[in-house]
Amino acid sequence: MNFELPRPELASRDEEIGRCLACRQTALTELGGLMPMYLSLDAGGRVRAMGPTLKKIAGGVGLGQPIETYFEPRRGWRRSGAMRVPGPDGAPQPEILLGKWRVAPGRRIHLWLRKHPDIGLRGSAIALPPSSGGGALINLTFGVHLAQAVRCFGLTNDDFAPSDLAVELLYLQEAKAVIMAELRGLTARLEDARAAALDKAMTDALTGLANRRAFDAEFAGAIAATRAGGGGFALAHLDLDHFKAVNDSLGHAAGDRVLEDVARILREEIRHEDLAARIGGDEFILLLRGDLASERLKELGERIIARLEVPIPFEGGLCRISGSIGVILSRSYDHPSAERMIADADAALYESKRSGRARCTIIRPDEIGGGLTPRDPRA
Amino acid sequence: MLGLINKSIQCFLTSSYGDAVWQRIAARIDIGPDGFETMLHYDDVLTDRLIEAAGVVLDRPEDALLEDVGTFLASREALRRLLRFGGSNYWEFLHSLDELPDRARMALPDLELPGLRLSEQGEGRFELRVTSQRSDWVAVLAGLLRAMADDYGALALIEPDETARGARLTITLLDITFAEGRGFDLAAGQHAVAAQLGGGGA
Repeated sequence: MNFELPRPELASRDEEIGRCLACRQTALTELGGLMPMYLSLDAGGRVRAMGPTLKKIAGGVGLGQPIETYFEPRRGWRRSGAMRVPGPDGAPQPEILLGKWRVAPGRRIHLWLRKHPDIGLRGSAIALPPSSGGGALINLTFGVHLAQAVRCFGLTNDDFAPSDLAVELLYLQEAKAVIMAELRGLTARLEDARAAALDKAMTDALTGLANRRAFDAEFAGAIAATRAGGGGFALAHLDLDHFKAVNDSLGHAAGDRVLEDVARILREEIRHEDLAARIGGDEFILLLRGDLASERLKELGERIIARLEVPIPFEGGLCRISGSIGVILSRSYDHPSAERMIADADAALYESKRSGRARCTIIRPDEIGGGLTPRDPRA
Repeated sequence: MLGLINKSIQCFLTSSYGDAVWQRIAARIDIGPDGFETMLHYDDVLTDRLIEAAGVVLDRPEDALLEDVGTFLASREALRRLLRFGGSNYWEFLHSLDELPDRARMALPDLELPGLRLSEQGEGRFELRVTSQRSDWVAVLAGLLRAMADDYGALALIEPDETARGARLTITLLDITFAEGRGFDLAAGQHAVAAQLGGGGA
């Protein structure tokens, strides 16, 4: 790299020139140690010297070139002839003459790298005395582009002045990343635990179906959606027939096995968007979304009952059960309410039981408020 | 105390002696099998019980275990790198120890590290005074300083020295460039950071 010093204007004896050059060279080396990113410009705006770190990043420095060869002057650089910005007190600021550029001493200035336009440097300038040729001495630093610059130029500890906080900044960035990773881990573990707890709170432990709490929440949501003009839904209330007999004759293990089987059948018969919940010992409820035709609901109910009646083998014996179902539709109601709908579904179920069990009763819209009343139609 | 300290000991035990040993130790101090959370706070007494339980289960002196904890910590890449920010050679690193607790607090204000004070005794001899409520830091630091000497490729003797004059370590730096140290690239951490953040771009 050619690092020639500009010829001093002294036209005296050769040895004096030599001494002077050597002396200046030492001074510049020392200056580079103190400020590794200094930039010395002459009064014509040409690069006179650079600190070692700046030389590393400016790329292919031949001295005596205009500053624009390596840098794009932005903030704080005024082209001669452009409007002067007044200083903080309103008075015109003194400026340093640098060829076609002017900078105010001590004010913040920015230079961007020509070869890496994403990296900007910032700093400030002081004027050099006319006796040493004028121009400016500028001290620069990376500011927010530090991390990019370190990556881009492979900078090390030794490329920064001891007074520079650059290394602390890198340290902090790295330390924060480690801590962030820890916190992300913690958040993920807490989220898993939360999901598991929620799942436990909303699930019936034996069958894996939704529990009463989960059903109530979904049901309330479905009613609200219907009231707001969304799609309708149907409720199917299922009560097992002869379940107590299985429990009594074959034991609770057999009863549990039956309940698991019922849950499996319900899961298989409903669609993804529906919900099956176990809301009592042998009571289940299905929330079936959409405005389903009564005929389809009837078919569904009868198919479920037919599957429930297939005997379930258990430890050499056979568990025989059936089920009664009562169905209501949200579109039967002008103003659907949870209490009313549950009571009507209950009444429909009761009707199935009353008329001989193992059947599916659907209360159609025109029957609401009609013949059926909850629980005991004979009362 | 910040869980980070306990979690570090837990990680050391798990990676050196296996999960089964950790489970036995965890059971003795009534902490769940998952152990400690780095960013939560725990009672200081729990740390004492943890170290004691580890000593009993492994049938090893506590000081020897704690030195191993120090060595283990310096071998964790993330922490090794943070320590290497202290300086570009072992001499500079030793001198950065004065700042270590504040440096750590800069990143994690809750972290309570012992006060450290390095003094040069001449001829490559240093004394590191350790000020803390807890006496176990000296052993941890001994392990950590030995491991970092290897990391920098320096040859140094490190002796814990707990006397009536207080907790301290004496360090004799025999050769600062004894061996080829492990590398340290200022920017390497950023790649790791980018990868961790799923950024990919480097």
